[in-house]
Amino acid sequence: MSSGRKLQYALAINEAFHQMMAADRSVFLMGQGTKSPWYVGKTAQGLLDRFGKDRVIDTPVSENAMTGAAVGAALAGMKPIVVHPRIDFMLYAFDPIINQAANWHYMNGGKLSVPMVIWGIINRGGEQAAQHSQALHAMFAHVPGLKVVMPATSYDAKGLMIAAIRDPNPVVYIDDRWLYACEDNVPADVYEVEIGKGVIRKEGRDVTLVAISYMAHLATKAVQELAAAGIDVELIDPRTAKPLDIELILRSVEKTGRLVVADGGWCSWGWASEVVAQVSERAFSSLKAPVVRVALPDCPAPASSVLEDAYYPSAKDIVKAVKKVLSFKC
Amino acid sequence: MTYSIDFLRDLYKTMLRIRLCEESIVEPILNREVLCPCHLYSGEEAIATGLGASLHERDYVFSNHRSHGHFIAKGGSVEEMLAEIYGRDAGCSRGRGGSMHLIAPEVGMMGSAPIVSGTISLAVGAALASSIRKDDRVAVSFFGDGATGEGVLYESLNFAALMKLPIVFVCENNYYATHMPIRDCRVPNNIRMIADPFSIENYEVDGNDVLQVYEAGKKAIEKCRRGEGPVFLECLTYRFRGHVGPDDNIQGNHTDIRPKEEIEEWLKKDPILLFEKYLLGNAVLDQSILDNIIKEIDNEVASAHSFAKSSPLPERKDLMNYVFR
Repeated sequence: MSSGRKLQYALAINEAFHQMMAADRSVFLMGQGTKSPWYVGKTAQGLLDRFGKDRVIDTPVSENAMTGAAVGAALAGMKPIVVHPRIDFMLYAFDPIINQAANWHYMNGGKLSVPMVIWGIINRGGEQAAQHSQALHAMFAHVPGLKVVMPATSYDAKGLMIAAIRDPNPVVYIDDRWLYACEDNVPADVYEVEIGKGVIRKEGRDVTLVAISYMAHLATKAVQELAAAGIDVELIDPRTAKPLDIELILRSVEKTGRLVVADGGWCSWGWASEVVAQVSERAFSSLKAPVVRVALPDCPAPASSVLEDAYYPSAKDIVKAVKKVLSFKC
Repeated sequence: MTYSIDFLRDLYKTMLRIRLCEESIVEPILNREVLCPCHLYSGEEAIATGLGASLHERDYVFSNHRSHGHFIAKGGSVEEMLAEIYGRDAGCSRGRGGSMHLIAPEVGMMGSAPIVSGTISLAVGAALASSIRKDDRVAVSFFGDGATGEGVLYESLNFAALMKLPIVFVCENNYYATHMPIRDCRVPNNIRMIADPFSIENYEVDGNDVLQVYEAGKKAIEKCRRGEGPVFLECLTYRFRGHVGPDDNIQGNHTDIRPKEEIEEWLKKDPILLFEKYLLGNAVLDQSILDNIIKEIDNEVASAHSFAKSSPLPERKDLMNYVFR
């Protein structure tokens, strides 16, 4: 294990593609911009030269049919990765993702599964407004038959991509463009991060803080600030939005009695709400205070930077939320 | 064109098998032994049969809501199909799919789905898989005239043409999208012309003439195997029953608004009667042989019903099986 090697998040994904496409001829990448660094960052770097245009397919702007084609190729024994460089455009592909891919194995009595990765990139900020900014993981997580992963580190980005490609089911892989330049240790060998397994980023006694994707980064900052104030937070990054590693969260809440959930999606009816619901069903008696969610307000993403700043939660909002659950007195 | 007697007999048997199956479901629907929505294929048998005969077993078929004929013509088990329609665990989809989700991957029947146009892009993907692997398989996508209202069809045509994929788009134009006459939902032109702007070769086919369908299908599939796909076939036909279930008038709903004269006109062009006429007229088979075949298929369908009805229902405890693999 060359565990000392640092790699950017985008390059960790790229390395997963290189290794998986070299190892398995049925793996291929398709979607808009696979030939363009402008669309997919460095994630597709070198793939076209190495694997050719049969397996690195830059597609027309036809999200519905392209995603459907990936579903069909998966049914025919391939392992496609279909990329949506902006997840907002993936809404055109709700039919192949939800009606077809998610249901196919069940509604056909297990005869055929759909081993594919549906990769959607959250690409927000920069005054891009409502249709270039959305975090839609809760919508996909709602659907039976789909798994949804949201890596926050380079290590997880590579390991979860490899696990997603190997999974015999459709996996929605959602990353955040704000993570692409982050760096951390990434082994050069092929490894998996198990889908559905979270990780404790920092152990603590006072509050359980569950944060996923980019929010896990902000949470790390918040935890440092809180530590300086003498507050000992346990930080959990579930890494997979669904299936949720609820056991890990429950064990933590049973210890701390307090819970904050930080999510980059909308607050109402969202991923954070599901975490809270499961905890209240299964660990109600452990809770010493009402839970708090840190998430987006029920409002479309704005353009103007002033409004963006008001819209997206910051590490400060997480600090505030943790202090709020700690200040609760029965 | 000369055909072997065996080949013609098999075409006849397949058409008959589809028809007798479809008609055998009418009674169980009316007496509520069959509960799932069934979109019967009676009247359109020549299309699935002609295409099915021109495909290899390892070729792919993707189908829509009116899938019984496609399933049978591709070689799916009639017993498993009927068991599925009765909601049994022995059904091809273990009672999870019903009539609208028939599948038999072992013979290349990759599945069917009632979301209009929903499987067209899937068939394109199977063709893409074949073209990546260069394994010489062809995909056939069956859809109705109603599917021409969906945007994904045009996206699929463009991509298939761009990549020269081995796929035959087969539009079964029965002139009605559920209740709606085609003239009320499309500007009046030939459906096949939608393939023109994508430079996809396209043909109009008499969908009630099994040999014409077979010849058109064979030509299209050979073209695909040469790497010169895709091809678009518009097969003109007519369904003998309502959009879903038996003729709605039988059920007393009177929602089948098609003119009586129109229905009668098409009944004269029944693809099975036309083919019987051909077989007898060309002295391929005589009436006594036809009668025997009818008896044989009738028995086969009857015993498939017995199998289906006597096979166990799925168990409640297994509700969650198959969500994930």
